[in-house]
Amino acid sequence: MIIADKKPIEEIIEEIKGFQRILVLGCNECVTVCEAGGKKEVEVLASLLRMHSIKEGEKKTIDERTLERQCDHEYIEEVRDIIDQYDAVLSLACGVGVQFMAEKYKTTPVLPGVNTCFLGATEQRGVWTERCQACGSCVLAATAGICPISRCAKRVMNGPCGGSTKGKCEINPELDCVWQLIIDRLKALGRLDDYEIVAPIKDWSTERAGGPRKVTREDVQV
Amino acid sequence: MKPLTPSRLEKILKLGHVAVTSECGPPRGSDPMAVISKGELIRNHVDAVNITDNQTSMTRMCSLAACIHLKKLGIEPVLQMVTRDRNRIAIQSDILGAASFDINNILCLTGDHQSFGDSAQGQNVHDLDSMQLIQTVRMMRDRGRFLGGDEIKRPPAMFVGAAANPFADPFEIRVPRLAKKVACGVEFIQTQCIYNLEKFELWMEGVRERGLDERVFIMAGMTPMKSVGMAKFMKNRVPGMDVPDEIIKRLAGVPKEHQAQEGLDICIEAIQRLKACKGVSGFHIMAIEWEEKVPEIVERSGLYPRPEV
Repeated sequence: MIIADKKPIEEIIEEIKGFQRILVLGCNECVTVCEAGGKKEVEVLASLLRMHSIKEGEKKTIDERTLERQCDHEYIEEVRDIIDQYDAVLSLACGVGVQFMAEKYKTTPVLPGVNTCFLGATEQRGVWTERCQACGSCVLAATAGICPISRCAKRVMNGPCGGSTKGKCEINPELDCVWQLIIDRLKALGRLDDYEIVAPIKDWSTERAGGPRKVTREDVQV
Repeated sequence: MKPLTPSRLEKILKLGHVAVTSECGPPRGSDPMAVISKGELIRNHVDAVNITDNQTSMTRMCSLAACIHLKKLGIEPVLQMVTRDRNRIAIQSDILGAASFDINNILCLTGDHQSFGDSAQGQNVHDLDSMQLIQTVRMMRDRGRFLGGDEIKRPPAMFVGAAANPFADPFEIRVPRLAKKVACGVEFIQTQCIYNLEKFELWMEGVRERGLDERVFIMAGMTPMKSVGMAKFMKNRVPGMDVPDEIIKRLAGVPKEHQAQEGLDICIEAIQRLKACKGVSGFHIMAIEWEEKVPEIVERSGLYPRPEV
């Protein structure tokens, strides 16, 4: 899922400066799971902003709402009848939700309330780690199911680099060297010889380098 | 073995001489004298001089320009190139630029992560990794083609090198990793600084068992310690470096003003021991900001005079 992190409250206060009526809009998907932008976070953030507003004597109106998804036309439509009551929407969805809202409601400012970070997994409650860079051509079959593109600081395709020490990455002693993990798993699978297969020069055109991407599935289009 | 390029380093290795290279770190400024004077200090004692490419991710004069300064003096440069900062267009373009000045050696590296240097907030590129860079240079040289398939007019004539670190983890993969670089077409290797001689010899044993020493020239990396402080720093702070406690103890055992000399002695003793190690074809002396000591190391190690080829 998409992992996001709360923006510092000072930054949000700066963003909404100058707006009187604000809708804090959560999303029930990824940002709910990673506890950055769901109904609970909307409540907490809206309360904090109301308190700040009172303290500053600004008398802002701060309302709350949480949609099923902000990356889907159908659900964004749910605020159409109330959107004109607000000077701005503070979206706690990922960057996709913020943009989709902005695209839909052309004259309403839509501001980001979280920092969108990466595609990751819930390692444990309160700990999320990056697992995929959405490069558009998956190499996991060759790397024992562990991704060197998203999990190596140098995205070395034929690692490990010379800095791997005691199974840890040179840039951070708490970070696993992904190539150590790949080698350990190849060994566990009885495939260590596969380590010597040279990964070919990657085609990055399916990644960000190729410009904004689009997936079209004619078989599911209506 | 017949040399495939005009590289002097290649000729020396293929004629069976023990080769000697050293390196110069370019300055953090534009003064060419910083490179020229380092080059002059060592020119008679080495066969070629590596120019590092923004080592430890600190912004410096570019490796290519510094190589050209050496070339103009008649010193043979080894262009170091990291994949951290350039995509495949810039890499191939720089290779052609170097070849236009008849720079005939390249060392293909991934490079240190930018978080160690002066631009920690910067992007890295890593379009290719070091193995893929080796393949790129070989394709440009041997097939006269760009990665995109187009023909190159006057292909680069470069002797292709890479690094190996016998001390990084996991150890069991260090020989297979070299085999992988050999499969990519590397022709010479310069190793990480060697302090743990036993471990290096163990690695070389694995290298010989697979016959890799017959397929690639291995140059042992040597860096003299200036002080016990430097030894401790290398042991504790430099990733992938293996400095045994005996080295630290030996340096700590002499007064501060004699530690540098002791460091040189340790380095020279190591070279003498590794000269007898089958499969070691030469030495790469990385005297970091201590280039004036390279002649002494080379002479006392019995590697002087350098052969005329």
